[in-house]
Amino acid sequence: MAWQTPENLKYTQNDEWFDPETGRSGITDYAQDQLSDVVYVEFLVDVGDEVQKGDSVATVESVKAAADVYAPVSGKVVEINTDLTDNPEWVNEDPYGKAWMIRLEPTNPEEMNELMDAEAYAQYCEERE
Amino acid sequence: MSEKKIREPLLIELSIPGRRGVRFPEPDVPQAQLPEHLLREDLPLPEVSEVDVIRHFTRLSQYNHAVDTGFYPLGSCTMKYNPKINEDMARLPGFAYIHPLQPEETVQGALALMYHLQKYLAEIVGMPGVSLQPAAGAHGEFTGILIMRAYHRDQGEHQRNKVLVPDSAHGTNPASSAMSGMRVVEIPSDERGNIDLVALKKECDETLAGLMITNPNTLGLFEEHIEEVVNAVHEAGGLVYGDGANLNAFLGIARFGDMGFDIVHLNLHKTFSTPHGGGGPGSGPVAVAEHLKDFLPGPIVDIVEEGDPPTYGFVWPKKSIGRVKAFYGHFGVMVRALTYILMMGQEGLRKVAEMAVLNANYLRVMLQDTYHIPYNRLCKHEFVAEGRWPDAPDIKALDISKRLMDFGFHPPTNYFPLIVKEALMIEPTETESKATLDAFIAAMKQIAREARENPEVLKTAPHNTPFGRVDEVKAARELILTWHDWSTVDSRRSIVDSR
Repeated sequence: MAWQTPENLKYTQNDEWFDPETGRSGITDYAQDQLSDVVYVEFLVDVGDEVQKGDSVATVESVKAAADVYAPVSGKVVEINTDLTDNPEWVNEDPYGKAWMIRLEPTNPEEMNELMDAEAYAQYCEERE
Repeated sequence: MSEKKIREPLLIELSIPGRRGVRFPEPDVPQAQLPEHLLREDLPLPEVSEVDVIRHFTRLSQYNHAVDTGFYPLGSCTMKYNPKINEDMARLPGFAYIHPLQPEETVQGALALMYHLQKYLAEIVGMPGVSLQPAAGAHGEFTGILIMRAYHRDQGEHQRNKVLVPDSAHGTNPASSAMSGMRVVEIPSDERGNIDLVALKKECDETLAGLMITNPNTLGLFEEHIEEVVNAVHEAGGLVYGDGANLNAFLGIARFGDMGFDIVHLNLHKTFSTPHGGGGPGSGPVAVAEHLKDFLPGPIVDIVEEGDPPTYGFVWPKKSIGRVKAFYGHFGVMVRALTYILMMGQEGLRKVAEMAVLNANYLRVMLQDTYHIPYNRLCKHEFVAEGRWPDAPDIKALDISKRLMDFGFHPPTNYFPLIVKEALMIEPTETESKATLDAFIAAMKQIAREARENPEVLKTAPHNTPFGRVDEVKAARELILTWHDWSTVDSRRSIVDSR
């Protein structure tokens, strides 16, 4: 099994991705594959909220399971992809593109060093199979 | 839907103007006139005859799989056969036609039944205090955590707000804790499926309210270090809550009280053979150790005046957390559970656990070469296999489950616990014969062959049921919950026409 792990992104142990360029985040290809067909996305934060790394920011539900999505880094929520709530299937179709979830302005850039790079994350996915 | 197999119309579609089930005689007293503003012209109730209604619901009931019609190895649900004498007892007029607001002296038989059930359950779990109030399992958990919270507050320890929940616990455990205002911390399992002791001890601090532990856990495995786990929590000042949903595994053999548990809930509807899974209400009594008796939800039944017979009445524990249910719990379920306990007797209840464990291990060993079982050791009442093979990459646990329905078996629980990939959680219970278990094994092995040779037959299953494969994703994404909504959907006409 091979899952997409774009080189330009950073990854968490809970299978979120974070784009240091744009500040966008979402769940990974591996995460969507594990969940299977996503049927529901709900955001738990609003634009303007300050979140800590690891806070729940969204809930994703599939026919199999429900999962919390956590903030990959601490920061201020500056944008939320509200279109996603009407199009939960995007999470399966395009997890790194159309299915970005929130955009953060990191308050503690140091935390980014704690995230995995693409290679480490790909290996982390393999280990769990 | 792979094929349009829907045959049963809705009652509203069966409606013919003027049809009715009951004809009243002409009244022989003056008719009262309802006030004008209470009358309405449009009341879209179906107009059907009695036989229309009976046939409609009888046909629908025949679409169901039930424990009375076939094997039901739904892991963690203990879908054992429910003896029919339970139903006879619950239908005795003295039990069936009483009202919870009747004076206590007129329902002494019912109170005696509740009193004795409390006593039997206390003996079975080895804990002195029992409340029969909680309506079902998760309600029992919630009640248990409220007792835990009340106890710590009573001790002046308001900072204790953390509940530890292993990742092999029942899925309701974290929810029950969170609903009680507690902070939930998940504890991982080790490679043998036990609680990771190092991770547990790291969380044992002065904010610890307690641990919620399902034993045996959802892998069907008895915690091998249960004493050490209980001691670690107690030493940190926490309480140990036992989810007794899997009591069938050691009924009459081991007791939560003897293991040092402080609180436990029981599922009468699982272990004590009352209908559930859509077939009836549950009942989740909570039992507690001596130091927690005063916190039980009230009222509970006690002897209020000694004599022959004694007089029973409702009493309130001193520091009760209050009511958790209107009136006194699900009384009809209590009647069935006590009947079961009395019919089985001490020896019989022990035999339940022995046979449940034997049956589960028989299935586990017979299937272990065909299905990968990640935590493969002597199990209790259930075990969890993986529903996937490297050489059948398209097949998932869901496909195996759907195909099982073609053989007349209810599927096992899917995708739980989460620590097993493509989980198939299989619990045969004690009530199945070897012949049934062998038929199930044969079906599981045939499905494993089909997965390699003819995967399409799994992907499109079930084929022999009144309904084919339903589109669960579409159903979840486009929720249509009422006939009114459905009737506005274009596809409706074609479905109805194809009947």
